[in-house]
Amino acid sequence: MHISPVLWQFLVKWLNASALFPREASTIAPYADALYFFLLLITVVGLSVVGALIFGFAIRYRKEKHPVAVQVEGSTLLEATWTIIPLALFLICFVWGALLYFRIYNPPTNAMNIYVVGKQWMWKAEHQGGQHEINALHVPVGRPVQLTMISQDVFHSFSVPDFRIKREVIPGRYSTVWFQATTPGTYHLFCTQYCGTNHSQMIGEVTAMTPDDFQKWLQASTSGMSLAQNGERLFASMGCNACHTGTAGSRGPNLAGVYGSKLQLTNGSEVLVNDAYLRDAILNPSEHVTAGYSPIMPTYQGQVSEDGLIDLVEYIKGLNSNYRIQQTLVTSQSDQTAPTTPAGVKP
Amino acid sequence: MSATSSTIVNLPDQKTARLPKRSYLNNEDGLLSWLLTGDHKRIAIMYLISITFFFFIGGAFAGLIRLELLTPQPDLVASDTYNKFFSMHGIIMVFLFLVPSVPATLGNFLIPIMIGAKDLAFPKVNLLSWYLYWLGGLFTLAALVLGGVDTGWTFTTPLSTHYLNTHVVTAAVGIFIIGFSSIFTGLNFIVTIHRMRAPGMTWFRMPLFIWSNYAASLLMVLGTPVLAITLVLVALERTIGIGVFDPTKGGDPLLFQHLFWFYSHPAVYIMILPGMGVISEVISTFSRKRVFGYTAVAFSSVAIALFGFFVWAHHMFIMGVSNYSALVFSLLTMLVAVPSAIKIFNWAFTLQKGSITFETPMLYAFGFMGLFTIGGMTGVFLGALGMDIHLTETYFIVAHFHFVMVGGMLMAFLSGIHFWWPKMTGRMYPESLSKLAAVTTFIGFNLTFLPQFILGYLGMPRRYHAYPPEFQVLNVLSTAGATVLGVGYMLPLLYLGWSLRYGAIAGNNPWQATGLEWQIQSPPLTENFIEVPIVDHEAYDYEWLAHKTEQEVTTVG
Repeated sequence: MHISPVLWQFLVKWLNASALFPREASTIAPYADALYFFLLLITVVGLSVVGALIFGFAIRYRKEKHPVAVQVEGSTLLEATWTIIPLALFLICFVWGALLYFRIYNPPTNAMNIYVVGKQWMWKAEHQGGQHEINALHVPVGRPVQLTMISQDVFHSFSVPDFRIKREVIPGRYSTVWFQATTPGTYHLFCTQYCGTNHSQMIGEVTAMTPDDFQKWLQASTSGMSLAQNGERLFASMGCNACHTGTAGSRGPNLAGVYGSKLQLTNGSEVLVNDAYLRDAILNPSEHVTAGYSPIMPTYQGQVSEDGLIDLVEYIKGLNSNYRIQQTLVTSQSDQTAPTTPAGVKP
Repeated sequence: MSATSSTIVNLPDQKTARLPKRSYLNNEDGLLSWLLTGDHKRIAIMYLISITFFFFIGGAFAGLIRLELLTPQPDLVASDTYNKFFSMHGIIMVFLFLVPSVPATLGNFLIPIMIGAKDLAFPKVNLLSWYLYWLGGLFTLAALVLGGVDTGWTFTTPLSTHYLNTHVVTAAVGIFIIGFSSIFTGLNFIVTIHRMRAPGMTWFRMPLFIWSNYAASLLMVLGTPVLAITLVLVALERTIGIGVFDPTKGGDPLLFQHLFWFYSHPAVYIMILPGMGVISEVISTFSRKRVFGYTAVAFSSVAIALFGFFVWAHHMFIMGVSNYSALVFSLLTMLVAVPSAIKIFNWAFTLQKGSITFETPMLYAFGFMGLFTIGGMTGVFLGALGMDIHLTETYFIVAHFHFVMVGGMLMAFLSGIHFWWPKMTGRMYPESLSKLAAVTTFIGFNLTFLPQFILGYLGMPRRYHAYPPEFQVLNVLSTAGATVLGVGYMLPLLYLGWSLRYGAIAGNNPWQATGLEWQIQSPPLTENFIEVPIVDHEAYDYEWLAHKTEQEVTTVG
């Protein structure tokens, strides 16, 4: 039998190009793989036991060898054995899985935050310095990165298999996931929640870079304005500063330093001010009235895009004093007061 | 009497044997006598034909999906079309095949006979449920013919309510109606099992097939209404925008997930439990032994049904449910795996000290045990919280539920169809050809779905029309397997059809099984029993059977 060399070459290349196991490119990946191999082990052992029982009994007690069956009622001891051993194994899986889950979904406090907006059918990443990317994400290795994600339309899901992380990206709600890349390289980014026609085109690449390269990339990709600066401009142009002046007797509560604090609401509840709360308070202000203020703020539902909301949230997060708000009010020329990027940062 | 020692099949002398002169099949003639029948056996046959029809439509879509995935490029059909393929495949297979598969066919046929009753409690409701099945089926077919649906079988909002222009409401109406067919079937079974058992047929003398169908019926009656409500809400949201699931109107898109999975996880047990009942019957018969630990197997069915209602949020671990609720649902998921493990080991030990033969139903049952073990164990992967993050929404989960639904349920269904075929038709299927089909199915199945576990761990997302080129080799293997699997499913259709006319006459009890259904003629009379049977023995009592046969020989001789 003769096989054409061309076909042979093709087959060899084709088989070599195929993947069998994903790369381990984040700090979480080895933990996930350890649990995977444990689960694989108990599956193989369990399957071997069941297989050995079936084949063993089938051969030993086949009709030719064992023409008359011996009736057995059951055995409490045996049944207890195969109740307790699987239960114990499953409980180990439960505890191990829970530990891994909390590791993946509880970000370290020093994580660098990147915002991700999903929409049909693209991923948009926004770095704090204002760098925007479509269907791509550049991150430094060796540093925890937290993604704060939201969808503009339907459910999406942000998945980087080589990092072993995934999280649903939900309309109207921030979700977060974190990772720390370990090896520079490019990795697949998939949307794994079915999201309509071009679901399988909602893919991209995560590029992990050395910290130096990442700094270079950040500088080369700047759009001129950071997220907070965009937010400041929006804050003025939408007239937020008219009420949230930060002065005594202002109609809106003081926003400086509000992020991370506990807030008393008029309905009596106490809330922690985080990204999600800020976003909700802009869109549904009547449900989030700070104690001591009247419910006069109009809703901004439909007037700010998710990107705009991220800018506003990022701006309010970084607000330490009301100095700039008052400056803006004095000049009341919002677009002129927005600061430009320092000259040195320009490429 | 059979001479060979390797089989228990005991057929009457073919030269003199005839089918019974009068049976449920020829009691009345004409199409109307079928369409207006109240006979549970005729309704079962009508269901069998109907679900086979839908199985092959759903199967054709599976074939098209695998064909498209032969190459990494989206080159066979457009993305919209591909999305319709997997949506229709899922909707048809889940709602029109898997849910009614064993209960509506074998359950309908056997439950009254096994407990010694003349019919189900409500024969007309039974017929109504078949008509509802078809009405829902027609809506689904209409959605298909008018241009299809591309929501996926999960109808995820807000995609299904705001972003798709396909026939979502038509398909939802179809599933809504089919839901009632399944509720009525469940209700009928529950009432029948409670009220119509023959004298002496106590709960713990019932065959395990009855127990598992009883558990599945509870799930149907309690779970399906939630699906109906969910679909109504989706339709209202889509048509008049009530906003329950719409965050911009203060609704919660996650609420849909909760409602949908509150039905759709128990639905998995609706599909698998009756299959487990079939396996209990088959394993016992072909090892000539009482099922090991009858009570444990019976109660594990009920335990699965009970726990099955409290694990739904394990479909939502990555969706931003609270970490602590994720913990609770993961723990409950681990607990629900235990009764399944108990069943597997009890079946394995039923073989011990038996006298085992390897007819086709037994081969399918062995296939079930192997594949269901893999399906169940990979379920533990997905129930372990941290592992689920990486594996969910990938081909790993696709492979997992196909191992349970196809490797498990479909194997059990085919095992049951072969096992009771002589009872339903009075004729045997051809043994060697059907063994070939069982082996082909097993090989094809593994070739199709084992590579998908590897693809899943690599991260290949489900419902992808195109995929990165390095995943191609595994996808080609999977498609090749699907071809073999297709042959494995076509074979029974052909030889079972052939056997209707040319199969050997089976006689009353070709397997020498103990169930009441085997003590009456094949095919049975319309009224099942000539006189009401009085049950004085437990299920799977082979000594009782041997004693009875001996007596008959003495009396007749």
